Amino acid sequence: MIVEKKSTLRTRKLLAHGFMIGFIALVMFPFLVVVSISFREGNFTVGELIPSNPTLEHWYLAFGLDYTRADGTVVEPPYPVLLWMWNSVKIAAIAATGVLAISTISAYAFSRVRFRGRAGLLDMLFIVQMFPTTLALIALYAVFDSLGDISPILGIDSHWSLVVVYLSGVMMHIWTIKGYFDSIDPALDKAAAIDGATPWQSFRMIFLPLAVPIMSVVFVLTFIAVINDYPLASILLRSEENLTLAVGSRLYLNEFKYLWGDFAAAAILSGLPISVVFLVAQRYLVSGLSEGSVKG
Amino acid sequence: MTQSAAIEMPQGRPGRLVAKALVAVITLALIFVAYTVYAIGQPIFGVVVLLVALGFFYVFGFARAYTARFIYPGIATMALFVVFPIFYTIYLGFTNYGSFNLLTFERAQEVILSGRSVDETTARPFALVQDGAAYRIYLSDESGGFLSDPVPLDGSAETVSARPVANPPAETMERRAAVQLRGPLGEIGIALPDGNLLRNAGLREFAKVTPDFERLEDNRLRHVASGEILTPDHETGFYTTADGETIAPGWRTYIGLGNFERIFGSEGIRGPIVSIFAWTVAFAAASVVFTFAIGLTLATILQWEHLRFKAVYRVLLILPYAVPAFISILIFRGLFNQNFGEINMILEAVFNIRPDWNTDGTLARTMLLIVNTWLGYPYMMLLAMGFLQAVPEEQKKAAYLEGAGPVRVFFKITLPQIIPPFLPLLLASFAFNFNNIVLVLLLSGGGPDIPGTIIPAGQTDILGSFTYRIAFQDSGTQFGLAGAITLIIFVLVSIIAYANFVAMRRATAKV
Repeated sequence: MIVEKKSTLRTRKLLAHGFMIGFIALVMFPFLVVVSISFREGNFTVGELIPSNPTLEHWYLAFGLDYTRADGTVVEPPYPVLLWMWNSVKIAAIAATGVLAISTISAYAFSRVRFRGRAGLLDMLFIVQMFPTTLALIALYAVFDSLGDISPILGIDSHWSLVVVYLSGVMMHIWTIKGYFDSIDPALDKAAAIDGATPWQSFRMIFLPLAVPIMSVVFVLTFIAVINDYPLASILLRSEENLTLAVGSRLYLNEFKYLWGDFAAAAILSGLPISVVFLVAQRYLVSGLSEGSVKG
Repeated sequence: MTQSAAIEMPQGRPGRLVAKALVAVITLALIFVAYTVYAIGQPIFGVVVLLVALGFFYVFGFARAYTARFIYPGIATMALFVVFPIFYTIYLGFTNYGSFNLLTFERAQEVILSGRSVDETTARPFALVQDGAAYRIYLSDESGGFLSDPVPLDGSAETVSARPVANPPAETMERRAAVQLRGPLGEIGIALPDGNLLRNAGLREFAKVTPDFERLEDNRLRHVASGEILTPDHETGFYTTADGETIAPGWRTYIGLGNFERIFGSEGIRGPIVSIFAWTVAFAAASVVFTFAIGLTLATILQWEHLRFKAVYRVLLILPYAVPAFISILIFRGLFNQNFGEINMILEAVFNIRPDWNTDGTLARTMLLIVNTWLGYPYMMLLAMGFLQAVPEEQKKAAYLEGAGPVRVFFKITLPQIIPPFLPLLLASFAFNFNNIVLVLLLSGGGPDIPGTIIPAGQTDILGSFTYRIAFQDSGTQFGLAGAITLIIFVLVSIIAYANFVAMRRATAKV
């Protein structure tokens, strides 16, 4: 034990708790305010933090229901929030599945199969993933704009175009999963190879079952990354019913149509499930992250 | 392991034949896609798709490429949707691609040739008359009008003659039906007894319609009415008249260093770019420093053995990381709104100030940094907690026994040990924030604007968001100019990426 005086220890403890509580209060402030705003009447600040006339209007609208005010006027939902959520979840689930499949197979090859140029390719993957998609936006727009002439499925305003582009997010995950595969005892697949298993068979029968934890990490990471994407979705999607949550939510805080209260309810409704998934998964995420990034 | 290629497929002969056929079919389909892409005016993308098709054929068609099958999908998607688009964007920086020069040359010519003038003196309102499965077109007139011969209106081009009638037909179809048939109606010509050929001109009328231009040899165009000659100028991508006037739409063409000359030559663009570049670097560096400092501080306190409720603190501190960033950013956008926002409401009540978060450049930048620190410190904290565990407890104890205080121990023992493994992650964070356009676009939209610029440039714009706005927002989709700026970003990111690569090498070499 470190030798410390009782009284200084107590002051330090007090200071530490005081700092933590103060900091957390500051960090939580936006969330608490948004909850309050979602129950407040109207869409503008009225000079109070706790609503004196709480109303469920914004929540009705967020769920896509008409709301009848006390004076009989009926308010219609401004935007299809639930539809946007569904679009986001659908695109994210398909893209994450694809990314998972591609990156697991590639990671296996990089970890276990000997071939020429392996180290070079791995280095290339690492360098290429440093380049953000923002650099590619214009070309992606131009390409999908023309592909739309062949088939609208691969054109602008199609979810499939977006999914296909998100598949390119495999590079970092190949590294993450490879780090995990590297930690699996080589004796396992050597034994399988001696028994006559092809690389594909040892991948299917040995590595895939063992990789379930890291695969769930990659799935959740990709899923969240896709849901959070704004630049790509904002240039490839057009019509209101096709938007993802990230692109659609922005419409609420338009200068000319400022729906602060409606946004607050919609933000909680859509943000809560994703945040819960993340908090449940984060314990595994952190170990996955550090394993993937530190081990080469 | 490569020798096992001979037994790669567990199926018998028929299974292998099916597999071979499948490879052939997919390859042919991909080649067809490549050709179609080439044909619609994206030759470079067509070549890339062709390479992907040939790669597919080689990798899956030949047993000797067996091991490559595992990495082919990853490499192919990377080539198609990351590497190719980045270089293609940069290539576009050497073209005039943009809202004025959107089309290929052939399409632009077609659009100009399809321009038509309507001779208003011959215009007559029309109505459709059902005649069995076919239709007659009635053109009205003060004195009765003309009724055409029956025509099927199935989309085929046809010329029918019309005869004068004394009275309008008893029953005409509703306007809505004519609107629905406007496609086929466009193909119909009606020859009147006076020799005029009338064509559909708008939703209500038929009139004498003549094309404005006709094509001459070597792609020149002649304006039919004035006889003026238009020559295609492939340097600028426009048809020009003899006295230098350009005719829209233009087509996309290679203009060499034109965009770069604009960036470096015109004060109205160079000025803002220099200031945006400086802010981008400052923003990324400050974000890394703030998030790292706060994250590390919190992690250090959370590691302290005497602290209780660690788990609770930890979950609450991670919360900003768990909530989707676009939602948090938009929440801050509302809270920081200088007129309706809750932050100014509280500041006014407590300190009686109302900072101009949206219109003052310095305050807008401060706002950006506050929000980005809020968003980014949990990630740093999580990483720091991992690295702190690797610092041996004995060294710290020894230092304490020698009489060092906790601050000194932190700076002399803990920090020097965690900086090296942290370095690649800090560089990655710098690179991320260097292109953190989601934050800028959603929080400030780049504003407030820098005064006196040719293209809209904001004081909170980073290079990436500036490019995005040039390409996709208010200033009229100047893809070429945006592509040229992308090249500048590309060079800078390359430098960061290389530095990160070296740092990563060093860090892994030590482990």
